[in-house]
Amino acid sequence: MAKQRKPKVAVWKFSSCDGCQLSLLDCEDELLTVAGAVEIANFPEASRAVVKGPYDISLVEGSITTPHDVERIQEVRRESDFLITIGACATAGGIQALRNFSNVQEFISIVYATPAYISTLATSTPIRSHVRVDFELHGCPINKYQLLEVINALLNGRKPNIPAHSVCVECKRRGLACVLVTHGTPCLGPVTHAGCGALCPAYQRGCYGCFGPMETPNTTALAAQWKHLGVSEQDLMRAFRGFNAFAEPFRQESEKHG
Amino acid sequence: MDKPSNFVVERAAFPQLFAALDTRGYTIVGPTVRDGAIVYDALRGVDDLPIGWTDAQDGGVYRLARRADAALFGYNTSPHAWKKFLYPPAVRLTHARRENGAWRVMENDDAPPRYAFLGVRACDLAAIEIQDKVFLQGAYQDSIYAARREPAFILAVNCAQAGGTCFCASMGTGPRATQGFDLALTEILEAEQHYFLVQVGTERGAEVLNELAHRQATDEEMARAEKILLETAQHMGRTLDTRDLKALLYQNYEHPHWNAVAARCLACANCTLVCPTCFCSTMEDVTDLSGENAERWRKWDSCFTMDFSYIHGGSVRQTHRARYRQWLTHKLATWIDQFGTSGCVGCGRCITWCPVAIDLTAEVRALRDTETIKGA
Ligand code: SF4
Ligand code: SF4
Ligand code: SF4
Ligand code: SF4
Repeated sequence: MAKQRKPKVAVWKFSSCDGCQLSLLDCEDELLTVAGAVEIANFPEASRAVVKGPYDISLVEGSITTPHDVERIQEVRRESDFLITIGACATAGGIQALRNFSNVQEFISIVYATPAYISTLATSTPIRSHVRVDFELHGCPINKYQLLEVINALLNGRKPNIPAHSVCVECKRRGLACVLVTHGTPCLGPVTHAGCGALCPAYQRGCYGCFGPMETPNTTALAAQWKHLGVSEQDLMRAFRGFNAFAEPFRQESEKHG
Repeated sequence: MDKPSNFVVERAAFPQLFAALDTRGYTIVGPTVRDGAIVYDALRGVDDLPIGWTDAQDGGVYRLARRADAALFGYNTSPHAWKKFLYPPAVRLTHARRENGAWRVMENDDAPPRYAFLGVRACDLAAIEIQDKVFLQGAYQDSIYAARREPAFILAVNCAQAGGTCFCASMGTGPRATQGFDLALTEILEAEQHYFLVQVGTERGAEVLNELAHRQATDEEMARAEKILLETAQHMGRTLDTRDLKALLYQNYEHPHWNAVAARCLACANCTLVCPTCFCSTMEDVTDLSGENAERWRKWDSCFTMDFSYIHGGSVRQTHRARYRQWLTHKLATWIDQFGTSGCVGCGRCITWCPVAIDLTAEVRALRDTETIKGA
């Protein structure tokens, strides 16, 4: 990336809760340095000003759920040199991908007074299903340090340190005693992508997979162990059908227990 | 020491140990109860020890439990090995600053603590000896390990009971600590008595012992300790038949049993991270946003991750089968060619802390029992 001029960064929002964008705002101490190093060209959570493209880096939050989204993401891709998806919605379809397992028309008729005004797709899909994506950041929400790391790595022309191994590796490096082994708490850590720093196990909770599948998840073996711990088929289905329900390995596993 | 002398320290005098180590400037770390387990952490005094606690361990299961007595060391291995102190999970190797267009590389100025390890079991002593070989006795010395290892004071504890996943007796590493300690204790609780039989391993150990009220042990007390250790050795939770183990593994690369393990293995890496001898790491280069400051970090890694075997074009060990086989074969066979000893000391941690209870002693047994169908 050319060092002479400040790279232009744009943040885009699709179907999402804004939590991932807020992670960027949450980088209080680092935000000024970021703002000094890049030109923020479009950032709906921070400012209404929009600088025209093309953009060096686009951060895309949210999934594709409407016909309008389908067109808009093509435009974002055309205007962006490097496109990074941020969060479970953009990388896996998000919690709204639960619709992919049901009939969305039924929801619409129950929820909205005038269903005819609603223009929506039958599915919520990740950005990758529509355009080429250069890098994916996982998490619901993303870890702000991972976001800084990717921007930092791009600015400095180096490889981002974003490992795709299990959460267990982070858990062990942190010196935690495994919750699954010490008190039989069901934990998705062994099949979940690292990135949170083993946040839930640090509070004696099982991981619930908000970073989505790790590089080579053996969900079947973990599900068998959960059953052994007394988890019901229905709860197994639900465990894999969370924020990353439509991530392929989790989708397949949830359907085995549905 | 020509003839091992044994002494007795009464339980009432045991707290004096902390003062003796403290005045010598040691950071005392040892077993303590935290988050439902007996972990190794900083100790302020005897009350931080897991008094009256024990653990029940099995494949994929660890439970803290109350003992009927007030033993200080009445349990076995912890979730993490001592390597977390000697070989830290994440450590900065170097840092550099750009000055007038050139990089100035700076020394790490952090002085590591001088540790006193309290309650090191025989298996873990053997593991430390193996890591000494890996980090200190090859062509290159690991200065980070050396800086922590060399000053460390080691108080060993002989196991008065074996854990559910222990098999040190099979590996010839325990349950008695035979070398590599400053002091070694055997805890004895009988009727109204509670005392420690103490063996001195070094001059330094003798000096510390001198600050505790102690006396010469009687023959009867020594015989009692002998009996306890014999009992422990006979009650191992697991056993491993080590006969021709290296050849067994070398001859069975293509054994179908690897597929059976692979179907269960999560490739989560827990086994390697808890293993007291596993030593693999990865490097991370980081910069600040301005690109004016750079650091290189070393972090624990594992042969179970994809990045571990990544070379141009992809990972060499794509499948869980390849990764489990690599681990077991290294641990029990190629390690012998590499370092002249097995990579396994029989501590049982990889069995207890595997979330799906994969048990290397059972896997080796399965390979052995069905070896006739090798090469299938
Ligand atoms: S608590 Fe969860 S993430 Fe941590 S080691 Fe156990 S299974 Fe893995
Ligand atoms: S393996 Fe042996 S030395 Fe280690 S804790 Fe168990 S009984 Fe003690
Ligand atoms: S053997 Fe167990 S602990 Fe080791 S990687 Fe496989 S599942 Fe994880
Ligand atoms: S391979 Fe398992 S039993 Fe052997 S030393 Fe390592 S953790 Fe302990």
